[in-house]
Amino acid sequence: MHIIVCIKQVPDTHQVQIDAETGCLVREGVPSIINPEDKNAIEEALRLKERHGGHVTVITMGPAQAEDALREALAMGADQAILVTGKGFAGADTWATCYALGQAIRKLGNFDLILCGRQALDGCTAQVGPELAEFLDLPQVTYVRGVEVEGKTVRAKRSLEDGYELIETQLPALLTVVKDLNVPRLPSLDEVMKAYREKEIKIWGAEDIEADPDHIGLRGSRTRIVRARTPEFKKGKTEILSGSAEQAAESLLVIFRERHII
Amino acid sequence: MKASSDEYKGVWIVSEHRAGELRKVTLELLGKGRELADTLGVELVALLLGYHVSGLCKELIEYGADKVLLADDPELEHYRTGTYARVIADQVIKRKPEILLIGATYMGRDLAPRVAKRLDTGLTADCTELSIDTEKRLLVQTRPAFGGNIMATIVTPQHRPQMATVRPRVMKAMERCVGKKGEIVRVTVSFHDEDLRVKVLEVVREAKGSANLEEADVIVAGGKGVGMPQGFAVLEELAGELGGQLGASRDVVDAGWISSTHQVGQTGKTVSPKLYVACGISGAAQHIAGMKDSEIIVAINKDPEAPIFQVADYAIVGDLHQVVPVLTRKLREYKKQVRR
Repeated sequence: MHIIVCIKQVPDTHQVQIDAETGCLVREGVPSIINPEDKNAIEEALRLKERHGGHVTVITMGPAQAEDALREALAMGADQAILVTGKGFAGADTWATCYALGQAIRKLGNFDLILCGRQALDGCTAQVGPELAEFLDLPQVTYVRGVEVEGKTVRAKRSLEDGYELIETQLPALLTVVKDLNVPRLPSLDEVMKAYREKEIKIWGAEDIEADPDHIGLRGSRTRIVRARTPEFKKGKTEILSGSAEQAAESLLVIFRERHII
Repeated sequence: MKASSDEYKGVWIVSEHRAGELRKVTLELLGKGRELADTLGVELVALLLGYHVSGLCKELIEYGADKVLLADDPELEHYRTGTYARVIADQVIKRKPEILLIGATYMGRDLAPRVAKRLDTGLTADCTELSIDTEKRLLVQTRPAFGGNIMATIVTPQHRPQMATVRPRVMKAMERCVGKKGEIVRVTVSFHDEDLRVKVLEVVREAKGSANLEEADVIVAGGKGVGMPQGFAVLEELAGELGGQLGASRDVVDAGWISSTHQVGQTGKTVSPKLYVACGISGAAQHIAGMKDSEIIVAINKDPEAPIFQVADYAIVGDLHQVVPVLTRKLREYKKQVRR
């Protein structure tokens, strides 16, 4: 099996900086991690490889520092890592991102399965996975919390608001996964060192993937951010309900009645 | 598609229904859609896909739609990406709406990006505010990013339709206008082989072991202050009396005290119930990001410095193990009284 995992390096979401001109997130200089649900995707790819044989390619579109995310994936056990990078890719919305990843995947050639995290901590759109599936004309299953592959058939457990559904489709396919799927392994120090010393990361620019400059980055984005602001967390006044548990509970009962909760 | 604004007119919404009933988010979409359509001076159209669902047309019209495009076909009985995307994309290409809204539900977030890519247009996810820039005739879309730490305002300047998924429980449905008349158009559907590639083998609704927090009116949530897994029992009783759902902070989920389906927060669920009771939750920023849009927040915590009190409407500095059982008892007594 050849499994491709699309990952994203995301900033630590407690620290946010915005470029005043473009309205885009400034990623340099902020601590970074592999997007958590992408780690679940890497883990599942490795489990499927262990079960069915084959190899795992991890791919990301990002600035140079995204190499660290790829190294971590290689340390976990991925076989090949590709960084799609270059000035032209910056400021991409999900449309332009999926185009870039899609072009890179086309260059990779044959694959059986693409795994993505459901959504990224920063953008929170959950759009790249399904858009990529459309771009590559693949069946998709989103919100996946269970996967089984048998020959060319894949069966996935897809979360719903109040339960789940069992979906079946044929490979090649694209799945987006949620954290309930698995617990990602922690690479040993040895594996991390090897990932930095011995394994190679392929760097692909716009020309390598035959990307149309009008379809990538800020230029290729169909949406534009016009403003970004930090919302106020503070509500109005906080009313303190004092006294014993009995008194506090009584006060709440009155409030629930007034506010039509009961 | 890249387009001049003149060609594309109309505000469309995609209906979502279950067990023969429209989901609340559909009525909310109609409410907001009506407002946008009136500002633009265009019609509001509801897309209704399913099998034997024509009975829902009346309700869609009475909640604001001028027209319903009805696609009724056995292949549409269960939601599948391929079939729904085919019908919607075909109708959009044919009739050219300028705005297309879909609920940011499990269905909507699977469907909308697929349709947006097929139509080569921009999509904004999980919008909490929508308005019209009348000068530029643009849909102004505002949505949380970074787990709620930023509010981003976004437009799709050159491509149509402007697509957005809309967060449930934020927009307001209109008053139902019984007897309001509208047009119902039955559309013919035809599928390509690739639309039918996915099979739904089984759908399982989990009453227990699952928590529909996104649609709950009341959530009673517990954090480390609950003390141990069994500690959630008192919260569950309170939730029961209030007709609500059980929520949890990330700490207790990571500790294995309760399953992750109950987790509220940046890496859990984002909720906006009428009432959120935070018990023994300190109020880490990533938790607050997931529940700050609750209408009423009650916080119970032993620690008077707990950050949760900064966002609470009502604060009780005390032991939840004392306050919560008393509150549950009082609610039960009150209900008995009211019944007499």
